[in-house]
Amino acid sequence: MMTNPVARITQGQFSHLPDLSDAEISLQIQYGLGKGYAWSVEYTDDPHPRNTYWEMFGLPMFDLRDAAGVMMEVHTCRKAFPSHYIRLMAFDSTRGVESIAMSFIVNRPENEPGFGLTRQEAHGRTIRYTVHSVRE
Amino acid sequence: MLEAVEKSPAGVITDAKKRYSAGVLKYRQMGYWDAGYAPKDTDILCLFRITPQDGVDPIEAAAAVAGESSTATWTVVWTDRLTACDSYRAKAYRVEPVPNNPLQYFAWVAYDIILFEEGSIANMTASLIGNVFSFKPLKAARLEDIRIPAAYVKTFKGPPTGLIVERERLDKFGRPLLGATTKPKLGLSGRNYGRVVYEGLKGGLDFMKDDENINSQPFMHWRDRFLNVMDAVNKASAATGEVKGSYLNVTAATVEDMYERAEFARELGSVIIMVDLVVGWSTIQSISNWCRKHDMILHMHRAGHGTYTRQKNHGISFRVIAKWLRLAGVDHLHTGTAVGKLEGDPMTVQGYYNVCRDAYTRQDLPRGLFFDQDWADLRKVMPVASGGIHAGQMHLLLDLFGDDVVLQFGGGTIGHPAGIQAGAVANRVALELMVKARNEGRDIKHEGPHILRQGAKTCVPLQQALDTWGEISFNYASTDTSDYSVTAGVA
Repeated sequence: MMTNPVARITQGQFSHLPDLSDAEISLQIQYGLGKGYAWSVEYTDDPHPRNTYWEMFGLPMFDLRDAAGVMMEVHTCRKAFPSHYIRLMAFDSTRGVESIAMSFIVNRPENEPGFGLTRQEAHGRTIRYTVHSVRE
Repeated sequence: MLEAVEKSPAGVITDAKKRYSAGVLKYRQMGYWDAGYAPKDTDILCLFRITPQDGVDPIEAAAAVAGESSTATWTVVWTDRLTACDSYRAKAYRVEPVPNNPLQYFAWVAYDIILFEEGSIANMTASLIGNVFSFKPLKAARLEDIRIPAAYVKTFKGPPTGLIVERERLDKFGRPLLGATTKPKLGLSGRNYGRVVYEGLKGGLDFMKDDENINSQPFMHWRDRFLNVMDAVNKASAATGEVKGSYLNVTAATVEDMYERAEFARELGSVIIMVDLVVGWSTIQSISNWCRKHDMILHMHRAGHGTYTRQKNHGISFRVIAKWLRLAGVDHLHTGTAVGKLEGDPMTVQGYYNVCRDAYTRQDLPRGLFFDQDWADLRKVMPVASGGIHAGQMHLLLDLFGDDVVLQFGGGTIGHPAGIQAGAVANRVALELMVKARNEGRDIKHEGPHILRQGAKTCVPLQQALDTWGEISFNYASTDTSDYSVTAGVA
């Protein structure tokens, strides 16, 4: 169980807001397409903050310039992985950026088990910390 | 006597024997003024704002600036003739009156790249802001802007992390980062201090921050602070599923102490450390190297800059400090808020942001940028807006500064009537609302207050924040504004 004020994982651009409707997601996709970004759908059952590489649901859609097409991928992914975390990521290939420009969650499991914190007491008062994903 | 010798039309004495006979010449006669000089792509160019003493000719004053910041001394020395001295002389090449200020002049000066040691801000500053700023024939001088040639930029390593890689490490994209400075800045015990950090991060902030004067005082020694803060950071990370950080200030009496503190921060798993500008250029470059070696983000708090950047007649513009700090290698830099409690004209402040984040900065006179600046792929600095800002200004901040900025709400988080977590929630919700609205194509600059009020209907902490601070603004005239409406020059 997540103990933060919004009681869920707060990764991504909009986790503190009520879930975005599909129409609202489309507007965000449109904004990214307008900037020339390529959208990608990724999913995981392990949203650990250091788990960088979620599974790719296909390649980034470099040549897709239509928000409806991206939404179709989101729907297909939701159908295949209804209880996984799914995020949309936008890639910006501009020289000097060449990284992710947008990222937000578009699907979550009904119950978010969250993470535990393990403390290993080391020398002096030093503590080594491990954040671990809780599996239900 | 001086009037009798042969001179070129520009006033330079061309006969070598006369030029180097013992005595005192005017700077322009010695070759520090050249109206026909075409700056080379490899020259460092400086724009000084000078206030000559009464009766001192502005061109002679500009030549004196070029002389005193390069090879000149007050008298002729024959040893110049042992060197290729003309190439070592900086050249003032343009002088114009400052608009609406009859006592001040803009003077452009070019320096050959051979004058400067590779990768050393200390060396560059020793020339450019050395003796010249105490020179008696000038009442005052200010270094307004600088063009650093790409060839010299390439001798600096720049930010150890840079804003792109910082975002990848933190897994945070497409929105400004959120921070808060732990308050009260002095007096909290390590244990109480960590509580503030935990509440802020768990509530939704990405970073908490030590203030500039938190080092290792009797009420909280540095090790105690680091240990408690890192417990808070890790707990908050587990509670939210996000990477969190708190800028651990390693500023100390000696560089050795600073390395010791930085090592401990690394051992505890901190993603970021912090230094104050007052530690000096060589220390900054050393700590930057250390950060590069240890995958650490380096936060720069510009403590002290106001003593020499704020008054327009004398000192250094902050845009020059920002350029030097990008070269020296910091990842975060406080660059002003425009709307908060500290000095900052919005256009001038945007100029600082551009210097931090551009791949190539174009001349932009309204923003105080006098030169084109090619950053030669040097990594970018994340600007930090901190000081007297609150959730009710979110639309203005996002409109002014865009996504690549850390917005720091210290009082605006910790002073929230329902507590620190509620304060953090209010800021995070306000931020996400505004980013979402902007991306949807809404005119946030004008619709912002409405968007916030609508969003507050489903977020009590945001409503409380707006009720508490919604009307607070700091509307004072800025002292440091750009004087750019360039008029006809005197030369």
